[in-house]
Amino acid sequence: MLNISTLHYLVLGAALFLLGIIGVLTRRNVVIVLMSIELILNAVNLNLVAFSRYWQSIHGPNALHGQIFAIFVITDAAAEAAVGLGILIAFFRNKETVNVDEVNLLKW
Amino acid sequence: MNPSVANPPVATPLFFYGLAAVMVIGGILVITRKNAVHSALALITTLLAQAALYLMLYAPFVAGVQIILYAGGIMVLFLFVIMLISIERASRERQFNKQWLVGIAAAAALGGLLIAVYTTTSKGRMMFAEGRTSYVESQNTQAVASFLFDRSTGMYMFSFEIASLLLLVAIIGAVVMAKKRI
Repeated sequence: MLNISTLHYLVLGAALFLLGIIGVLTRRNVVIVLMSIELILNAVNLNLVAFSRYWQSIHGPNALHGQIFAIFVITDAAAEAAVGLGILIAFFRNKETVNVDEVNLLKW
Repeated sequence: MNPSVANPPVATPLFFYGLAAVMVIGGILVITRKNAVHSALALITTLLAQAALYLMLYAPFVAGVQIILYAGGIMVLFLFVIMLISIERASRERQFNKQWLVGIAAAAALGGLLIAVYTTTSKGRMMFAEGRTSYVESQNTQAVASFLFDRSTGMYMFSFEIASLLLLVAIIGAVVMAKKRI
């Protein structure tokens, strides 16, 4: 019988992680860079929940540490999105651009 | 009653591969679209498919949090910011920066590393062989809450308080950043 194992979820998480990495490294629009960061965090969350399932199969149904950690990662993602988008609005108000390679206020 | 046969899943490979295809296609659309609104919609699709995968992994509470907080909260924040900044001019400009080739090469190197790790076998068996699993999910939310809130078994209570402090700091930071004169 064809079974879906933990490794399937890990491979899917790795694919999403790589897509997020490519988005962060190649796009110019800051909004899409932030969305790619969300993709990366979601890939990590998928890995955490899959490992939580794996851990449950060893230590019983109440071993939910991976899911707890995924909830903390979601909290961090919310904080990061709020602060990042606030910085983006402040930057856009000053420089009238959203391109990440024009963010050079600290260069000299 | 043996819990491992109480509630067996139905057609798991079909749903897994379908949802995985939706997620990967959504992720590709996120990083390739010109219009940021289209990227946001593709990201919402990806997040919803991921919530369905959480349900398949017997994590209904995390799936609910994913839908409410990610697809409902964070993505609305993203769409709101996209509406505030002028997206017309940005969608007419060059979309990829100068080091895109290096970026893709770095991602490909990381992907090769991950493939090498995931295909490693020790003593003839793959990593993460499945043990005997049970399919009890009715007490998932209760178990999560006892980890977070219960004083006797809650080993994550202090982390939870620190997370609330982090959210407070993020709120103050966002308000300060959005002020007229910083």
